[in-house]
Amino acid sequence: MAASDTILPRRAPLTNQQLLWAFALAAFAVLWLAGKPYMAWAFKLPRSMQIPLRRWIGDFMKWLVEEASFGLFTFTEFTRFLADVIDFPYRIALSLLSTGFLEGQGSNAVQIVPPLPWIAVIGLIALMGQYAGGWRLAALVAACFGFIVAFGQWENAMITLASIVIAVPLGVIGGLLLGIAGHRWRIVALVLKPILDLMQTVPVFAYLVPILFLFGFGPTAAVVATIIYALPPMTRVSMLALAGVPSEVRDLGNMVGCSRRQMTWRVMVPSAMPGLMVGVNQVIMLSLNMVIIASMIGAGGLGFEVLSALRRLDIGAGVEAGLAIVALAVALDRLSQAYARKVRLHADQEQRGPVQRHPYTVSAVALVAVTGLAGLVVGWVQSFPEAWELTTGAFWSDVVRWINVNFFDQIEAFKNLLLLNVLIPFKRFLLGLPWIGVTGLIALAGWSLGGWRLAALTGTLAALIALTGQWPKAMVTVYLCGISVVLACLIGIPIAILTAERGRLWKGVEIVIDTLQTLPSFVYLMPAVMLFRVGDFTAIIAVVAYAVAPAIRYTAHGIRQVDPQLVEAGAAAGCTEWQLLTKIKLKLALPEIMLGLNQTIMLALSMLVITALVGTRDLGQEVYIALTKADTGRGLVAGLSVAFIAIIADRLISAGADRMRTRLGLQR
Amino acid sequence: MTDPATDPAAKLECRSVWKVFGPGADAFLARAPNLEAEALSAAGYIGALRDVTLSVAEGEIFVIMGLSGSGKSTLVRCMSRLIEPSAGEILFNGENLLAADPARMIQIRRHQMGMVFQHFALLPHMTVLANVAFPLEVQGVARAARDARALKMIELVGLAGRENYFPRELSGGQQQRVGIARSLAAEPELWFLDEPFSALDPLIRREMQDEFIRLQASLEKTIVFITHDFDEAIRLADRVAIMKDGAVVQTGTPEELVTRPADGYVAEFTKAVTRAKVVSVASIMLPLSDGASCAGDVPHATRVADAAPMFGAGDMLRVTGSDGTPVGLLRRSDVAQMMMQG
Repeated sequence: MAASDTILPRRAPLTNQQLLWAFALAAFAVLWLAGKPYMAWAFKLPRSMQIPLRRWIGDFMKWLVEEASFGLFTFTEFTRFLADVIDFPYRIALSLLSTGFLEGQGSNAVQIVPPLPWIAVIGLIALMGQYAGGWRLAALVAACFGFIVAFGQWENAMITLASIVIAVPLGVIGGLLLGIAGHRWRIVALVLKPILDLMQTVPVFAYLVPILFLFGFGPTAAVVATIIYALPPMTRVSMLALAGVPSEVRDLGNMVGCSRRQMTWRVMVPSAMPGLMVGVNQVIMLSLNMVIIASMIGAGGLGFEVLSALRRLDIGAGVEAGLAIVALAVALDRLSQAYARKVRLHADQEQRGPVQRHPYTVSAVALVAVTGLAGLVVGWVQSFPEAWELTTGAFWSDVVRWINVNFFDQIEAFKNLLLLNVLIPFKRFLLGLPWIGVTGLIALAGWSLGGWRLAALTGTLAALIALTGQWPKAMVTVYLCGISVVLACLIGIPIAILTAERGRLWKGVEIVIDTLQTLPSFVYLMPAVMLFRVGDFTAIIAVVAYAVAPAIRYTAHGIRQVDPQLVEAGAAAGCTEWQLLTKIKLKLALPEIMLGLNQTIMLALSMLVITALVGTRDLGQEVYIALTKADTGRGLVAGLSVAFIAIIADRLISAGADRMRTRLGLQR
Repeated sequence: MTDPATDPAAKLECRSVWKVFGPGADAFLARAPNLEAEALSAAGYIGALRDVTLSVAEGEIFVIMGLSGSGKSTLVRCMSRLIEPSAGEILFNGENLLAADPARMIQIRRHQMGMVFQHFALLPHMTVLANVAFPLEVQGVARAARDARALKMIELVGLAGRENYFPRELSGGQQQRVGIARSLAAEPELWFLDEPFSALDPLIRREMQDEFIRLQASLEKTIVFITHDFDEAIRLADRVAIMKDGAVVQTGTPEELVTRPADGYVAEFTKAVTRAKVVSVASIMLPLSDGASCAGDVPHATRVADAAPMFGAGDMLRVTGSDGTPVGLLRRSDVAQMMMQG
């Protein structure tokens, strides 16, 4: 061996870090197995030791609503004022799309001007499609809206659309302004970053509660919640897009002597437009997602339809509303993407009358005028006749009944097998762990991946979860999330490996996951409930379906971005396909796969909260209960705990991916 | 400014300009001025510009040549104060730019300076016409007036008929023509060109250089031209400053650089240059002597390569000074010898 020592790398002695880990794990095991009689508080924190954060928040909320004042006006008056500001355009949008303009109150109301006829709305959306993406897009969006009207979901869809029409511009403008501020002043960016992180990880239900308090129950509150939900990504995208403007363009602005305002609005924002449009697309999709969820605080529309169907377990009614949401999502997504991609080309100078110069505006006005007038005379132009409506509700109910009659035993056996052998033991295991030991291990993981600062962050957050009395519920969340993520990876990563390098197959997979990601999370509950009724298992199925997309996307991206020269080098060295995959492609794709894992966890956590509707017993359920009881403190504490879990996972995985990337010599 | 050191003909002067990057760099420089590059980097700073002094005369094409990282882009941005120098003075028409307040700086940039960028920096959402008119729009010039001026500029650079195109519909060379038209729209006195042709294909580059020479013949601007291409520098320049590691190594006419390189670094660049195309006949002429029979007259600034065809069958040419009086004699064999050296 002495001779080969000079050639083979010597086996490294145990590093300090490895020793520390061994010691920590041993201590953890001792504490876990033998500590219970001596240190009961390490397993179950007594109430006296908990931080009464819940009460504090509740008291603060009470003070805010009842006493807080800016001197001239109270906080409540301020929020009511905001509500009115939003309410006014919302009323107009709603009148235009759904109710018509009314005179008088309640049931005495008389319609003075009817809403836009359904033909006009479909025509307008088709015109927009033609403008942004040609006839194919026009046909697609018209078909989506046609689907909605044919299945009798028009009224609900228009209510949902009215909220979106108001929330999206406000969200885009707000996010853009915040992004510009963050771009211009470093200090703003530094303050915004943690707030944005928190806003994107706190589950949506959690801030529905305070909004309910401040803005009351109803569509306005729903629009506020939607704006708050859609604001962070737009802010982030704006900052990124502005930072991505080439420095030469900025120099140009300075060299021609732009003032600050000219610089921002004439140079920077227009130059960042392609990036900003990505943000607009995100705002639209997130708004749709949120408007559906916000049906819980009175948004009405399609979301309310799904929600009440879920509560009644009326599968047929729910499926149709769910499909209408899908149609709306697909139409809005494709339309906004086409706008973002649209390339302006030069127009010929010879323009004649206003008709030739503004063909779209003129046709739109003509369409509205003609259908509006026709609608006054001919009933079916104004509103789609009920007699023409299709319904598949009975069919879906029959399908579910048929499946349950014929496959009940198999499904039930499968479900019980998993429950008894995997789910419940894992849950018990997690619940039995001492919180102080787990917190210590999390901090240690933070230390070895990213140093003291990361250790302090992850350790503190984990401890806060325990100290606010959320530990047992948090463990149920971790168990549900963990199982779902493992399943999503077991499904997603092989799919990605099999399809990533097969061009046309991958195109198909990409279309499927793109569509999956545009669907509001609510929609995923329907099929899961149809087959498995309520419970943890159903929740896991819905979460996996929702969270599998990033596992596929990032893995495939990671594999495809591996330097082809390295693969060729491997092939030239005589690697088999399997060796190429395991020794080269997957190794180099690992950092990217970890990012996918990270995203999968984030999506799983956000979906988990929604699965509270199908009866889980985790933090999500806690938030949901708080929402129904309008208990701000309870909702926010549980919501923050979910956010903490998300932040811990995100920071640990990102730090791990960074280390790995540095070690592989890859730069991002 | 009554500073005796000020060259009266100088349009733009840099005096001991420093730019040091790094946290707290300006304070560090104030404490320890005149450091070498090594001393700066040892202290954790990057000396992007080190003690740069040069002066650009009215109406001259002044080329700053250097390899990437030599500080030439930083220098041109300090001259227009896009980057704030750490120390030194920048005099423009005798006024110290570093003392100008932001409003004054905006005025100077709007009316007296123009700049062409390496990657064109065209605004993607505007047509060619709007891009060219943009400097005037920023100044608040009325629509009709600025469009008329912009159309004239577009015609000047040979893009008439394309004014309603968007930048992405044009080739690289055409896009840079738009950039040139835009930089001239406000009729600047001082024209910065930051590697304007580097992003273009070699053939287009050559064509654009010819175009540039043609434009300058009619415009007679004062020009600061940045390039990393030595051939481009000696082709276009009245004078060249060669930069290395943030400092100017040598300033001179192309001929001076070729005949008297300051050090090995400059000599390395000039090695491949065809001397006869750079050296003027004045450098190799003989003193006047009586009785020589001359085939004709040649101005003293003529390049040797251009003088060669004038000999015809004769053996001697008379070299004339700027005022037309004879100043020397040019022998056929001397010209032939220099041409053969390559």
